[in-house]
Amino acid sequence: MTAIQETAHESEHAQDHHHDHPAWLAHHFDDAEQQFDAGKLGMWLFLVTEVLFFSGMFCAYSLYRNRDPQVFEFCSRFLNEKLGAINTGVLLFSSLTMAWAVRAAQLKQHKLLVGMLGATLGCAAMFLGVKAVEYSHKWELGLFPGKFYVSQIPGAAHGEHGYLGSLCIVPLILTIIAGVYYIYSLATMSKFHQQVAGPILVAGACFFGGVQLGRILEAEETTHHAAEHAAHEHSPGASHDHSQDHSAGELLPEKEGGEVIALGHKSIEDVKVMSEELKTPDASVNQKSMAGLFFSIYYCMTGVHAVHIIGGMLVITWLIVKAAREEFHDQYFGPVDNVGLYWHLVDFIWIYLFPLLYLIT
Amino acid sequence: MSVADRPIVSPASGEGAAYPEHHFLNHTSGFLSWALTLDHKRIGLMYLVGVMSSFALGGMFALMIRLHLWNFKDGWLSNQTYNQVFTLHGAIMVFLFIIPSIPAALGNFLLPIMLGTKDVAFPRLNLGSFYLWVTGLVLFLTALSITGLDTGWTFYTPYSIETQKGGAVLAATFGVFVLGFSSIFTGLNFIVTINTMRPPGMTWFRMPLFLWATYATSIIQVLATPVLGITVLLLSAERLLGIGIFDPKLNGDPVTFQHFFWFYSHPAVYIMILPAMGIISELMSVHCHKGIFGYRMIAYSSVAIALFGFLVWGHHMFTSGMADVTTIVFSALTFTVSIPSAIKVFNWLGTMYQGTVSLNTPMLYALAFIFLFTIGGLTGLPLGALALDMHMHDTYFVVAHFHYVMMGGTLVAFLGGLFHWWPKMTGKMFNDNVGMISAAIVFVGFNLTFLPQFVLGTRGMPRRYATYLEEFQDLHRLSTIGSLTLGIGLLVALLVLLHSLFYGRRAPTNPWGGATLEWVCSSPPPHDNFATAPTVGDPYDFNGIEYDAKQGGYVKKA
Repeated sequence: MTAIQETAHESEHAQDHHHDHPAWLAHHFDDAEQQFDAGKLGMWLFLVTEVLFFSGMFCAYSLYRNRDPQVFEFCSRFLNEKLGAINTGVLLFSSLTMAWAVRAAQLKQHKLLVGMLGATLGCAAMFLGVKAVEYSHKWELGLFPGKFYVSQIPGAAHGEHGYLGSLCIVPLILTIIAGVYYIYSLATMSKFHQQVAGPILVAGACFFGGVQLGRILEAEETTHHAAEHAAHEHSPGASHDHSQDHSAGELLPEKEGGEVIALGHKSIEDVKVMSEELKTPDASVNQKSMAGLFFSIYYCMTGVHAVHIIGGMLVITWLIVKAAREEFHDQYFGPVDNVGLYWHLVDFIWIYLFPLLYLIT
Repeated sequence: MSVADRPIVSPASGEGAAYPEHHFLNHTSGFLSWALTLDHKRIGLMYLVGVMSSFALGGMFALMIRLHLWNFKDGWLSNQTYNQVFTLHGAIMVFLFIIPSIPAALGNFLLPIMLGTKDVAFPRLNLGSFYLWVTGLVLFLTALSITGLDTGWTFYTPYSIETQKGGAVLAATFGVFVLGFSSIFTGLNFIVTINTMRPPGMTWFRMPLFLWATYATSIIQVLATPVLGITVLLLSAERLLGIGIFDPKLNGDPVTFQHFFWFYSHPAVYIMILPAMGIISELMSVHCHKGIFGYRMIAYSSVAIALFGFLVWGHHMFTSGMADVTTIVFSALTFTVSIPSAIKVFNWLGTMYQGTVSLNTPMLYALAFIFLFTIGGLTGLPLGALALDMHMHDTYFVVAHFHYVMMGGTLVAFLGGLFHWWPKMTGKMFNDNVGMISAAIVFVGFNLTFLPQFVLGTRGMPRRYATYLEEFQDLHRLSTIGSLTLGIGLLVALLVLLHSLFYGRRAPTNPWGGATLEWVCSSPPPHDNFATAPTVGDPYDFNGIEYDAKQGGYVKKA
């Protein structure tokens, strides 16, 4: 049996065999190319499973939108396209920086690599910041999933519940830790620690930048409504071309009036429902058994997507550590390449979510 | 380290005992050397212990069910407990035993060795899969011990939404989610390993058929399991947040859950049976000492089964409410699956024809497989036919059918494979005579358990009932006697294997006369399997492999 003779023969060189392997090449691979191919194929297969994972929710989306299109049109008006568009831009830009990072890894541009990974991490954090504003704003309006959905009535008061504050607690703690770590890295004059702590601290700042940006835009929208509302009060029916951004005071949903819950005591302005839409047929969809389903799908899809963003941030942080150690070179950049692929997929899924959820009216 | 890397003995030399002094089992020692190992062989053995323990647990529940049904009423369990027992029996057997059994335990051990590589492509991911499996096990046991799960293993809505055992549903569905990812990562690992790490000379059509079957299985694991993941995640959200996607009160659709669930769980049936078919292909060829008949057709039929498997999920739901046209299409597609399955059975029989059959324990299990799987497969046809299914849906006929395929098929093949590769895994030979007795008892006990259930089903005995009409009592008692016999057979098999660990003689490198690469490695294999990738040829070329009485095993004569 030639195979075994060869094996026995080769065993003489067993010790040498290990010396042939550089640290970055796992011992069970023959060469760098095999290792790279295996990693790449593994990542593509993982992306296939990710697509199928989301496909269940896309299926549910198409099923229920096809059955009740008016629910989706009605509910989509509560989503702020401006924030969605900004997040789309942020993610697209992060895909650019990620692709640039792959090139930097191949060319051994270590500082640029850390910078690009840091930029990607910052964009991801900013995305989550904007998302936090979107979520908390909806929760304050009572736009919860499924059975917790609160029927929207113009005139209902909405209070501050501090949802945004709660969402910011964990990022705040992480940012403070990153800040302390950065000060430590400055104190110890460690270049490695500075290269790791810097991008993480910037990402923390980006999250709060995103929150701030979101709040400004959301507030703008609200004042816009208030102005519209005032105009509407003075000259009823005057500005129908801005109908989406309207709020109106007089009509209650015809069904389920009894379930209307007033939350707190704040003003009415940010309910973007026009009086006409609260009549038929839309009044019937403004209840938890109809609109609730849309928000279930909305929270499931964007929530699972957000979990993927967080996962991506963790692996990018891992890459930053490796990049700060200057581990990557033209023979070994597979991890950057593969995380890049993953990141593009996360971006790609958002590219579908944005129009399907925000832009259907 | 370096010493252990060397294959100590070359069977080609024909000199000395084939039993190596250093091998993967004694390469390092201590608890952590196992718990943190990246060696696919040790991970495979840990899986083996895990899945066998789960099987024992699931088997206990099965016996509890059968004993409860001894009398037509007033069984020894309360109705509520009975519900929980059959749920746990199903859930444990499906998610903790059958799905990981062959791919994760035997596949992990054998796949890299059959490929002549040192390990799978991602050894850390492999260990991660194992710990995900352990996490899933813990969550299941939580569901078992804290509260009782009583929804059936399928978690159908609205039971799973409305049952009072909310905590148990959450723990179990999260367990399923975690187990799903364990399964995905194993499949992903295998696909990448087979694609990128085949040794020189091993083209796709020179792969052992077990690898083809594992590859087809892995494709299903990677493509179907994520859908189960999102389904159970949505179900958890349904319970936790009341999202309403599957709840008619909130305008959701419970049948959607069934579609999502079976989109995974029907292909999952092929995750269970395909690796079993791979084992049988190896066993038939090796123990008949004859090249496999119709190699390419068996290989293609594995892939065909994997692909067809994605198109037939609707046949679980003929009575759930679907458009008439849809049911007809699903019914027609269901019949197509029988074609590649039949191709395999005929090819195995063709392999035996004019072969030199060694009647030993693995071969007896393989023969039992062919007999039982054929019955299981053929009784699937009436269930795939619309008119008959309306009559037999949710009866004992269905129960008997899928037990013939899952247990008579997968479990028997798993046992056959376990006996076949046991000398390779442990380096010890088992007592073949007692092993054959165990195969005989299992075969008799199995048929005694499930043949009466076909009759019960056609006479209208519904599944999952804690009580039944008195006229069914005799057949139920027959089935219960059978299940106890089966239990004894399995116990004998376990004792044979355990006995061999302590008293078995040392296994030769090639005890059965196989030609695939694992029979070139010493028994048990060294830590790194092969120092360099060996060059390989036809895996079913038995020319020149002859019995050598001195070694007690087969040797390749030049």
